[in-house]
Amino acid sequence: MKRTRQEKHINSARKGDLVQIHKVILTPEQRLADLPAPTKAVPYEAWIKGLLLDNEAKIGDTVRIETFIGRELSGTLVEINPAYSHNFGKPRPELLTIVKELERYSEGK
Amino acid sequence: MKRDASHHSVMSRKNEILKNSSGVDYEQFEISPIAFDYEGLMSSGGYSLAEVQKIQMKTGVGNTPLVELKNITQLVRSISPPGKGGRIFVKDEKACPSGSFKDRRASLSVHHAARLGFKGVVAATSGNYGAAVASQASKYGLKAIILQEVYDSRKVGQPEILEKTRACEAYGAEVWQLTVGPELFYIMLLILEETGFFTASLYIPTGVMGIETLGYELAQQIKEQEGKFPDMVVIAHAGGGNVTGTARGLQKAGSNRTTVVGASVDLRGLHMASDHDFNRKSFTTAHSGFGIPFLTLPDRTDVPRNAARALRYLDRYVLVSQGEVFYATELLAKLEGLERGPAGNTSLAAAIPLAKELDRDQILVVQETEYTAAGKLPSSQLTFAEENGIEVRKGDPKENVPGKVIVIPERAQQMRIEEVDLNRIRQSYVKNVLEATKGYRPTENDIRFLAEDSKSSAELIRKTLQDLSIEVST
Repeated sequence: MKRTRQEKHINSARKGDLVQIHKVILTPEQRLADLPAPTKAVPYEAWIKGLLLDNEAKIGDTVRIETFIGRELSGTLVEINPAYSHNFGKPRPELLTIVKELERYSEGK
Repeated sequence: MKRDASHHSVMSRKNEILKNSSGVDYEQFEISPIAFDYEGLMSSGGYSLAEVQKIQMKTGVGNTPLVELKNITQLVRSISPPGKGGRIFVKDEKACPSGSFKDRRASLSVHHAARLGFKGVVAATSGNYGAAVASQASKYGLKAIILQEVYDSRKVGQPEILEKTRACEAYGAEVWQLTVGPELFYIMLLILEETGFFTASLYIPTGVMGIETLGYELAQQIKEQEGKFPDMVVIAHAGGGNVTGTARGLQKAGSNRTTVVGASVDLRGLHMASDHDFNRKSFTTAHSGFGIPFLTLPDRTDVPRNAARALRYLDRYVLVSQGEVFYATELLAKLEGLERGPAGNTSLAAAIPLAKELDRDQILVVQETEYTAAGKLPSSQLTFAEENGIEVRKGDPKENVPGKVIVIPERAQQMRIEEVDLNRIRQSYVKNVLEATKGYRPTENDIRFLAEDSKSSAELIRKTLQDLSIEVST
């Protein structure tokens, strides 16, 4: 079955595609000495987005990107066409009745 | 020539990098290991308040509406003792170009960077300041790099900060999304050195002076409308810039008898550099995890001397809980028709109990709001909190436990503030300064500086030195 360009995109990117790279800046051993234990146990990491400069690349490859301000950076390709996924959350019952409770209070006075 | 990029090597070049990237020679303001010429530092950029106003006007920053919150005031009066319940006004800073008062800071710093001939700016911030710097950089045709502490080691990000990543990228910035840790400073220095860009730190003089217009404007607006200056201004406090700039602006307007109140969200007990605690908080700024350390040791920051010195200006400092801020956010939307981001409503949450103390003819100004969006909402923060093991329930906010339980008040009467003892803060400040300058014997001049820098008296400083068994050089 022939794959669409969109499906191909999941695992491979072409030059000019928006991608996210990952870099380990400091390993746990290289980190500051006086950190809280949970922080000291993990590497110091960064993620940056930009347009792929290599002709083709797969997730996990070391790639070069051009950031939104035109700087060239390199790192491990972790995501192709990354989307913003933060959202409005779920409705919160704790918040829904706040004003109703105020009315009850003023009526009861 | 490529220089050594290791942590140790970059940190050893700190002063040189900061001097080159800030355009400020901090050394010329040093008086002793303890004292420095604060006003000299503040005027080093050479901007008058009128010039700052003109610069900000060019990019649509400032002149935001001042709105009386009549319905919230009425609610406060219904739960206050007879004759009590001051009038509450809010400065709707959401009207600034990128949606918060941070545009005031960024506008002056980015203008300054452009004037000095820098091609780009760098800022380390997880807050609205990143979007403000990116937005201003667009206006001036400069490049912007924003460094954000956003993920824990599982790559789980705070929704509020993820929204700010989006906003910064929408303005065309290069964003570094980083994991938890103070090594943010290292990567900032490294990037400053690599790029030769300007450090738009929150703590440089222009970053603080830009906020003076906010205090000045609100004093003028109240004076014009009501014929007198505000009795109280409530200011969200984190790194100190908001309090410092606003209070200086109030003074410049002649509003000298206004009580300056700082307010932070209570996150005591959570470690700000902990990968584990990072996602157990719903507020990423204006909280006690920044607010208290920045009062007791203002110079532990990303520049040699911090221009944001809130302890010089605070009359009171109060804490509120996360649940109370969400409650206040709901009141502002549903009673006043202003849907705004929760972090910007920290001072509003404190204003409700504070207004109960005031007489009905007294005026309290909440000096900011911020924009709202996906991630910057009570619903997204509470959903995220629950996903990270925090219990969310209704009840008495007294039962709030940072990192464990968020309690949404059942009634407005339960809204309260916890007063922080500023004298104890002043004593820790003196203790920390002396710790940092160990071996140096303070002089009478230093005592004067410490008193001024902590809005206290030479007596209190002398007593603190005595308690620490430190002798004064004569």
